[in-house]
Amino acid sequence: MTRYSAFSLLREGLRGHRGWQPAWRKARPKPAYDAIIIGGGGHGLATAYYLARNHGMTRVAVLERGWIGGGNTGRNTTAVRSNYFYPESVALYDLALRLYEGLSQELNYNVMLSQRGMLIAAHTPAQMEICARIANAMKLNGVDGELMGADEALQRIPLLNQTTDARYKCMGGIWQGRAGIARHDAVAWGYARGASDRGVDIIENCTVESLLIEGGRITGVDTSLGTIRADRVGVAAAGATPGIVAEAGVRLPIHTYALQAFVSEPVKPCLDTVLLYLGTGTYVSQSDKGEMVFGGGLDRVPTHGQKGNLPAQETVISGLLEMFPAFGQLKLLRQWAGVVDVVPDSSPVIGPVGPEGLFINCGWGTGGFKAIPAGGWLLAHLMATGQHHEISRPFDLDRFARGRLIDEAAGAGISH
Amino acid sequence: MQIFTCPFCGPREETEFHFAAEAGKHRPEPAEEVSDADWADYLYLNDAPKGAAREVWVHATCGEFFVMTRDTVTREITDVTALPGRDG
Repeated sequence: MTRYSAFSLLREGLRGHRGWQPAWRKARPKPAYDAIIIGGGGHGLATAYYLARNHGMTRVAVLERGWIGGGNTGRNTTAVRSNYFYPESVALYDLALRLYEGLSQELNYNVMLSQRGMLIAAHTPAQMEICARIANAMKLNGVDGELMGADEALQRIPLLNQTTDARYKCMGGIWQGRAGIARHDAVAWGYARGASDRGVDIIENCTVESLLIEGGRITGVDTSLGTIRADRVGVAAAGATPGIVAEAGVRLPIHTYALQAFVSEPVKPCLDTVLLYLGTGTYVSQSDKGEMVFGGGLDRVPTHGQKGNLPAQETVISGLLEMFPAFGQLKLLRQWAGVVDVVPDSSPVIGPVGPEGLFINCGWGTGGFKAIPAGGWLLAHLMATGQHHEISRPFDLDRFARGRLIDEAAGAGISH
Repeated sequence: MQIFTCPFCGPREETEFHFAAEAGKHRPEPAEEVSDADWADYLYLNDAPKGAAREVWVHATCGEFFVMTRDTVTREITDVTALPGRDG
């Protein structure tokens, strides 16, 4: 693998960029591996990378039905943060954020992490009290969170609607300075490159048709490219996970919905933080290219189709214009949707399920991108050792029978 | 905007409706003899089918629940039926 550096960039620049190699190998499936990962999004690729890096397992295949990073990894609004309420969630999401902080160095691949801070903005005294509660919880859990007043919030985001007829006039909110955005495609490509370099086979256009189960053990998968054997299979397929594990007799606490995102035409820099507004449910940041990247709540119709509906678009866009009346002049460049796997307590499901050797990492719902490094780290730990990492243990599927939910929808006041 | 048909009120905009649950779930009885796993199954576990689905929806405007048969990929609706004991 060619190491990327300022020197290699200069050298290639001088010779017309003819020497670059593909970042990862296009592999064909071998008959057998030590481990198979279903799903070539960020979580699946990170799992493969950490299996090789942390556990020395390199006879690993990642099976992706489309192209890598083409699902929710390439469809999100790229925010990374760990401003959650419960200790279990903070341990999980802050592991991800800490790994993100070193990821460009770790992967020798620029994931363009920009820790520009994030404000969760409130507009009522009651909301400010909830914000204080969450900010205090964040401090107790050892991550950076602070309650920010209206003056400082407006100083940071001067374009916010401050007129006397503003419907949701900002009173301040929760500030996390380490939150920010990262380049979503680069996260997938960087992990793919790192995993491929360590010997992992990344196999695109390979649909898993069924799981092979013999004597209560997983023994492989049947795919559109033939049978592949392995005694450990990890599923990191978001909304497709219930369909994959169904034949193993596993049912999951998941409903699948479309979540939409939007990008405006690029404009000069005018918003240098990530903003989530509790009043409108709309969140927005400005990309390095100058586009406004924004989204909001779920479409309210369960679906497996990667397209959004009009009522949700209307809600999200009207929310954006309420927050930033000046953005009414922007033209919308693109709109798209991904299928997200929503769990009743808005927390992921990580752990062994069904036959021995089958593991899942799903249920991230609307917030999977920020968790990619942790999801990969923890699923790799499970697949390599057969045991939970202490951070993933609370997120096992058994929490629903034990009644030990981690209800972040209510806890962190997230919009869905 | 998709149009859903309430068996009681006729065709209305999708924003008037709420998804309630997958159809065919039966509350386990008697409660004191139901295991934790069976309660979790009833309360939380779903099939989340891709393609043909039978679901219970509520028309928020009239408050009536009904069964809708539709496709979760194409969004085509093939049938709406009042719940047993209710006349559509």
